[in-house]
Amino acid sequence: MRAISWIAVSVFRESVRDRVPYNLVLFAVLLIASSFLLGQLTAGQDVKIIKDLGLAATAVFGLFIAIFIGIGLVSKEVERRSIYALLAKPISRPQLILGKYAGLVLTLAVNVAVMTVALYAVLAYMTWTESAQFQSAWDAPGIDPALFKAVFLIFVELMLITALALFFSTFSTPLLSAALTFGLYIVGHFNADLRNFEQVVDSRAAAWLARGLYHVLPDLSAFDVKTEVVHGLAVPAGYVAMTTAYGLIYIALLLLISTVIFSRRDFK
Amino acid sequence: MPPAIKIEELTKDYAIGFWRKRPYRALDRLSLAIEPGEVFGFLGPNGAGKTTTLKLLMQLIFPTSGRAEILGQPVGHVATRQRIGYLPENPYFYDYLTAEELLEYFAQLFGYGAADRKQRVAALLDKVGIGAERRLQLRKFSKGMVQRVGIAQALVNDPEVIFLDEPMSGLDPLGRREVRNLILQLRDQGRTVFFSSHILADAEALCSRVAVVAGGRLAASGRLSDILAFEVRGWELVVAGVTPAMLARLTPVAHRTTEISAGRYALELSLDHPPERVLADVAAMGADLVSLNPIRDTLEDFFVRRVAEAGSARPGQEDARARD
Repeated sequence: MRAISWIAVSVFRESVRDRVPYNLVLFAVLLIASSFLLGQLTAGQDVKIIKDLGLAATAVFGLFIAIFIGIGLVSKEVERRSIYALLAKPISRPQLILGKYAGLVLTLAVNVAVMTVALYAVLAYMTWTESAQFQSAWDAPGIDPALFKAVFLIFVELMLITALALFFSTFSTPLLSAALTFGLYIVGHFNADLRNFEQVVDSRAAAWLARGLYHVLPDLSAFDVKTEVVHGLAVPAGYVAMTTAYGLIYIALLLLISTVIFSRRDFK
Repeated sequence: MPPAIKIEELTKDYAIGFWRKRPYRALDRLSLAIEPGEVFGFLGPNGAGKTTTLKLLMQLIFPTSGRAEILGQPVGHVATRQRIGYLPENPYFYDYLTAEELLEYFAQLFGYGAADRKQRVAALLDKVGIGAERRLQLRKFSKGMVQRVGIAQALVNDPEVIFLDEPMSGLDPLGRREVRNLILQLRDQGRTVFFSSHILADAEALCSRVAVVAGGRLAASGRLSDILAFEVRGWELVVAGVTPAMLARLTPVAHRTTEISAGRYALELSLDHPPERVLADVAAMGADLVSLNPIRDTLEDFFVRRVAEAGSARPGQEDARARD
């Protein structure tokens, strides 16, 4: 366990020093801040726009960070051969995978936290400057604790994407891993459509294939509760818990398969 | 006492080709035993199978057949790695960590406490000649400096067995001498050092025993002196006070005659001419014997010849392997 935590800390340190995530977080914060200006242009809709843009920025930039660093965790180590010296240390290959994953989740947690603080800061400023009468027209309060539910599910989704990136990077090149992860991210968001595929096609085989894919591929749309939160609609705690459990089970399976592949791999 | 490293019939095939995969044998039934406290040189040209062997010993790759043990445990035994150090060939570490941080990180993985780590890392970096640069990120390091950091990280746990893959690579002459001294220090401390190299002078200066691999096969192994003695190619006879008449009688038995100075000649005798008979002739002629020395193969000569032999034998073997 200690070895896993040391590896995680080193991944975190590496990624903090790497400027890519810095720039991404900075850009996201700027975007969230500028949403305030954009909100000014649309009377009455301002707080919704800020929340929408803020949550979208957190999700998209989180995705970039997850893919950028996630694929680098293993495939770059293999490609640059830094893994040789590491694997000669008294750590097992599964420990290495879990440590790398934990490190990236830690990095993501910090980045998502920064973006969330930026979003809340803008919303706090809005709430502070707008009159009570104006605020009463909002669907949900400016500083809405329900936003946390959306951010939390975005975070679980990012954890899942990181696990996907890690999974691909255990057997393919960095570029291919990035492309595959991004591809699955897109597919994952349209996955729910596969469930209803049989209603639009006649072929039984195609319908079965679609159903099979629906069960195998991650259903990422389940993690997206931005619209509900922004419009002040209820997101039941049970839904958040179930979706989180789904995400964690999927992550556990991905990590398990990753460790199995990684444990048998030749580093030529 | 069991061998520090035991390699038995270790074989590694790689699949090459894109569509029609065919096996390529990178290492062919290698067997070696390295005793504790030995400095063992693992020699061979590029592509001979040295790095493949080291990777198999570190379980970075898995053998097709055969087995290996380090300190009595099969390779891959995680706890045994507590007692071994490894420098990969052309090592590469993390761009954004400093030399100090990298070593601290590796020391953490060995379970050292904070105070011990700091002291150990500082001492090691001093030992390999990394000064104030230790606080620079590794991406700013030259190849030679990375190599030094690589050597330091291989020693961070005070290992009993140290594997060094081309330790002198990328180092300037001063660096090479320092690493040589470091290996000798390790030997004096009773450590086992297994190092691969294609630089034969290093092996000649450091090793108690060597193995030469070529084309994935063991070409020779043993004490350096044994291998060289086996390869005596002839004799060099230096005589003085030689008159032209004497020279005319001596020249037919020598396959090369070199005049060193007036009346003094160096004669190279082939193994067909026993030196005892020639010495008797020299004495009978009244010339003065200055010296008689065996002409041995240098390791360099041996190396080139064995590699050439392995190379010429290889096409047939390849076919046989492909059929397997």
